[in-house]
Amino acid sequence: MAELHLPSTLPPLFPGLPRRLDVDAETVGDALAQLDERWPGLHDRLCEPGPALRPHIHVYVDRERAELVTALDDRSRVDVIAAISGG
Amino acid sequence: MPKTVLLVGTRKGCFLLQSDEARRDWELRGPFCEAWPIYHAVLDPASGAIYAAAASEWHGSTVWRSPDLGETWTQSSEGLAYDGDGGRKLSKVSTLAVTPGRVLVGVEAPGIFESRDDGATWSLLTTLAGQPGSEAWDDPQNQPPGHLGVSAIMPDTDDASRFWAIVQGVGIFETTDDGESWTPRNRGLRADWPREHEEVGFCVHKLTRSPADGSRMFQQNHVGMHRSDNTAGNWTEITEGLPTEFGFAAAAHPHDRDTFYVIPLDPGHGRCMPDGRAAVWQTRDAGSSWRRLEGGLPQEDAYVGVLREAMAIDSYDVPGLYFGTSTGQVFASADEGESWSEIASYLPGISSVEVALVE
Repeated sequence: MAELHLPSTLPPLFPGLPRRLDVDAETVGDALAQLDERWPGLHDRLCEPGPALRPHIHVYVDRERAELVTALDDRSRVDVIAAISGG
Repeated sequence: MPKTVLLVGTRKGCFLLQSDEARRDWELRGPFCEAWPIYHAVLDPASGAIYAAAASEWHGSTVWRSPDLGETWTQSSEGLAYDGDGGRKLSKVSTLAVTPGRVLVGVEAPGIFESRDDGATWSLLTTLAGQPGSEAWDDPQNQPPGHLGVSAIMPDTDDASRFWAIVQGVGIFETTDDGESWTPRNRGLRADWPREHEEVGFCVHKLTRSPADGSRMFQQNHVGMHRSDNTAGNWTEITEGLPTEFGFAAAAHPHDRDTFYVIPLDPGHGRCMPDGRAAVWQTRDAGSSWRRLEGGLPQEDAYVGVLREAMAIDSYDVPGLYFGTSTGQVFASADEGESWSEIASYLPGISSVEVALVE
């Protein structure tokens, strides 16, 4: 199971969504699709049509910058980051 | 006695200011919508629900809804996206309009989406395709980021299939068939720049319509104030007497077809009230003359701006006026603009102010 970490801005939008959870998925995109099944609309908050990650959403798999197609394994750590913007 | 509720959209969430019919004492609540940037918030008079158009740099665009005057909120953007063909992206929801059984949102790149299920799901109604020159001005490759879009939607109060829409820097368009086809409504407007097409290329900032006479409209344009007496069929400039030709916000008196309010600003980079002195300007003769209203407003070192949707007027017999500044103050008048008080001082920058009377 990959270990997924989400930004603090997401749980307030989706009741019951934790900051950290385990997912059994082959890619980053699969992991986000699984989350969207449990918390409908979550995929839209992280991805734009294409689909592609939103410009200010960065994903890292084991500390390496990742995309939706990036593969996961059982011990992957996935960090979803709301990148610096705003003010 | 009705509640008077101001819906204030800010860079850091939606706020509500609530008073009674006297409009003297105000209670502030918020920030709502998880402090997302809110570009416009409106109240559906039929259901009492609040809708707030939001766009987050992180999480994209969505519409928040509260069925209970801000006690609880949900958000949904299901269907609120272009399909991505041709590089067309929805970068922001800019404006909202509520009609019986339907919510409309105007977005960037230019388009209007609708919801017929209280904001749970959305579908594309129109991109205003086929307008003069749109192959150039609406080409995603030609756009400055985050600018061209539908900045306002004005539904007709009697005909559900008729409404007007503003496309920034292009002009006003009218549909009478629920968005199937559109007609430019910009005749008589001034433009101080070259235009490739006679009917478009005008920078309309704010369109408002007299509740007392639906044929009468006013607009604050990038260059000048204008009036129409035939429902935007043609326009006459009424700038003379105002301190500048530039501004964003405008409001029409609910009971008098000749009375109208604007907030002139310095053009150029400043876009603040001239000379650091805050004022709202009023005409009672449809723009033949203008009067400066400043009672209670700061008259020294007040370099404040007011954006397109940030002035509102209520519908009491003696109407109240309200405006919010881009530096977070809300000013209110319960006597048609004669005297003002500051009812909120330290909000985030304000994008929109709307007022609703709630029983």
